[in-house]
Amino acid sequence: MIPLSNYLILGAILFGISVAGIFINRKNVIILLMSIELMLLAVNLNFIAFSHYLQDMAGQVFVFFILTVAAAEAAIGLAILVVLFRNRGTINVADLDTMRG
Amino acid sequence: MTLEQSAFWFFATVMIISALRVITARNPVHSVLFLVLTFFTAAALWLLLEAEFLGIVLIVVYVGAVMVLFLFVVMMIDMNLAPLREGFVRYLPIGALVGLVMICEMILIVGPRVFGMARYAPPPRAPADYSNTQALGQLLYTDYLYQFEIAAVVLLLAIIAAISLTMRKRHESTRYQTPGKQVRARKQDRLRVVRMDAEQR
Repeated sequence: MIPLSNYLILGAILFGISVAGIFINRKNVIILLMSIELMLLAVNLNFIAFSHYLQDMAGQVFVFFILTVAAAEAAIGLAILVVLFRNRGTINVADLDTMRG
Repeated sequence: MTLEQSAFWFFATVMIISALRVITARNPVHSVLFLVLTFFTAAALWLLLEAEFLGIVLIVVYVGAVMVLFLFVVMMIDMNLAPLREGFVRYLPIGALVGLVMICEMILIVGPRVFGMARYAPPPRAPADYSNTQALGQLLYTDYLYQFEIAAVVLLLAIIAAISLTMRKRHESTRYQTPGKQVRARKQDRLRVVRMDAEQR
């Protein structure tokens, strides 16, 4: 028997790792996008754990929608990345300061 | 330790190690592959939580489509790794500190004291003839129908946005077909029948 808190702590650790990933990989846009995917995964894990322990299917429906939105976000984010690389020849966040006032 | 518990601890360990490798790997291709491993173990944990449909969807849609898209973009972009890594060591302490503090705070909130066995006992296992897919589908096509349709519109929007962002305008001298002009073409504009007398051979 696994207590609910184990799943929630696992989700919390995953979320903390992805926040640390955003901090330490602040130059690389691709790894930033991957960290956001990890965050969404941590949230989904929480939703499904609660859905199981409270015996309520609404949590799984929410995970379904989050997966949809995350797929759309990844597609548009990568499209922006490709256009950025085509126009500027770099994906380094530090070089993308043309809109600085 | 039962099979369920050992499976949970195994998958949790693999998940945390691979998530750590995602953010620390030197090569972005390795990062994507570790992200795939993380999603696989997450799908296994979801199966433990009796969310069979979403576990399979995570593997088929996420690993099969989104992660392959990531891998495709990472391999297509020829990036120079050295400038992207700079600042890694400098920001490592602050990143680790913020992450650890967040984890500790969240564990204080969701720890065993609040969400332990005493308050939230694990529910009984579903019977063998229970279908998670059917239960989810029945909710999705009745109570959440409008939201389901909006999700379809979101996906359509993503398709249109991705195509319109990455479509490249071709060079002026390139000749290509315009379907509008093709449809608009009429016989009278192009074909001219010339009347002429028959000639002696």
